[in-house]
Amino acid sequence: MAVSLTPEGEVESGAAALGRNDLEKLEIELLLEGVFRHYGFDFRAYAYSSLRRRLWKRIEAEQLSSVSSLQDAVLHDPAVMERLLRDLSINVTAMFRDPTFYVAFREQIVPLLRTYPFVRIWHAGCSTGEEVFSMAILLKEEGLYDRCRIYATDINDNVLRQAKLRIFPLERMQEYTDNYIKAGGKRAFSEYYTAMYEGALFAPALLKNVVFSQHNLVTDGSFSEFNVILCRNVLIYFDKSLQAKVHGLFYDSLATFGMLALGSKESLKFSRYEHCYEELNMREKIYRKVL
Amino acid sequence: MFFDLIVVGASWGGLDALTVLMRGLPDDFAVPIVVVQHRSQDAESLLAELLQQWTGRTVVETEDKQPIEQGHIYIAPANYHLLIEDDYFSLTTEAPVRYSRPSIDVMFGSAAHAFGERLIGVVLTGANEDGSRGLQCVYEDGGYCLVQDPATAEVATMPAAALTRVPHATKRALPEIAGHLVDVARNGPPATYVRATA
Repeated sequence: MAVSLTPEGEVESGAAALGRNDLEKLEIELLLEGVFRHYGFDFRAYAYSSLRRRLWKRIEAEQLSSVSSLQDAVLHDPAVMERLLRDLSINVTAMFRDPTFYVAFREQIVPLLRTYPFVRIWHAGCSTGEEVFSMAILLKEEGLYDRCRIYATDINDNVLRQAKLRIFPLERMQEYTDNYIKAGGKRAFSEYYTAMYEGALFAPALLKNVVFSQHNLVTDGSFSEFNVILCRNVLIYFDKSLQAKVHGLFYDSLATFGMLALGSKESLKFSRYEHCYEELNMREKIYRKVL
Repeated sequence: MFFDLIVVGASWGGLDALTVLMRGLPDDFAVPIVVVQHRSQDAESLLAELLQQWTGRTVVETEDKQPIEQGHIYIAPANYHLLIEDDYFSLTTEAPVRYSRPSIDVMFGSAAHAFGERLIGVVLTGANEDGSRGLQCVYEDGGYCLVQDPATAEVATMPAAALTRVPHATKRALPEIAGHLVDVARNGPPATYVRATA
């Protein structure tokens, strides 16, 4: 028994009482369970240390002092949940982010895709769409776009709405232009957008073959069979068990000889699906399903 | 061994300092070492290769969910935060902390939480104050804190800031750091070291 009463009737911790770290871990588990059961957002299998760090940032911002006090606030005040949700969803992205990936995609993947009459691409965790537009531009320049369909999904409906607007901050166009050039872009990047007061409006033709839809990697299953799955720097936020589950989903959703692209510091090496794929590009973490 | 993990933070002048550290560590000293060295976000992943020349231990640039193994030296990749779980790493692309990604504070903080008193934190040369808050976490969670003597640092700002925040940290000249680490890991902290009380 963890707790007993002293002769004076006060509760004291027994030998099985939790240490400080374990107690905090229990509080975090209770909070995440509460969030899931009350609001339906499932963060229970997110990578622990970054989750813990973000929870404490929210605790401090709300001027609270413990995970349990955040639990109280979150469960009784949807506005706190809203703010926590914003902290927990990471939407870091950029057009032609990691330009060397796009170079590898052009040189190694495009020639393979040319042999297909029709190409289905799933961009999982697409956030506000910057990397979807990048892929659309690349496919257009390679003359492949018309036979491709890109299914771009994210857990968060707000970012998808944002993506569909086709408007991106004007002040980032210089950075994106640099990335585009490094990524092997074949034209002038400015041909793809019109500068307006509030931002850069990208050409509607880029979204002609793109379908945005909400999909939750944690709870939703496979919805089609794909030739390419792009999921870069999304799974790093998941713990090992959830990563394994999502890798199962990707495996089930890929056609034989389908390609899987992860972020450059992610790896199949530490998952049990390693033997199902061959490495097409070790540096850029592009794999091909062979089993 | 008294310690299970060593975390090291370095910034400006760090490559030379890390080279001295690597050369000074015996190959049979197997405690895993994790290094955050600030560098430009486009930097090619050469740091691991550069450091590999100076040690018989395996130096790798860390990938997400990589297990922590004996005898390895792990380098934080450019443009990610490196976090330590119980026995493996995770990476995040969250916003830079005090202009740094990877952030020494973030890595040290997660290591302190996971390893507590089984952790050694080391702050080397640098021109900013990253690492001092992280070293404070190492100290408060019961770990051992070691700082390069600012007088021997290419840039003194970072080790000086660490010593200000963690006055009980041991201060050593750069050439003595490797030997001191081996001694402390094998024999425990010096008798004069004041450990944080829980």
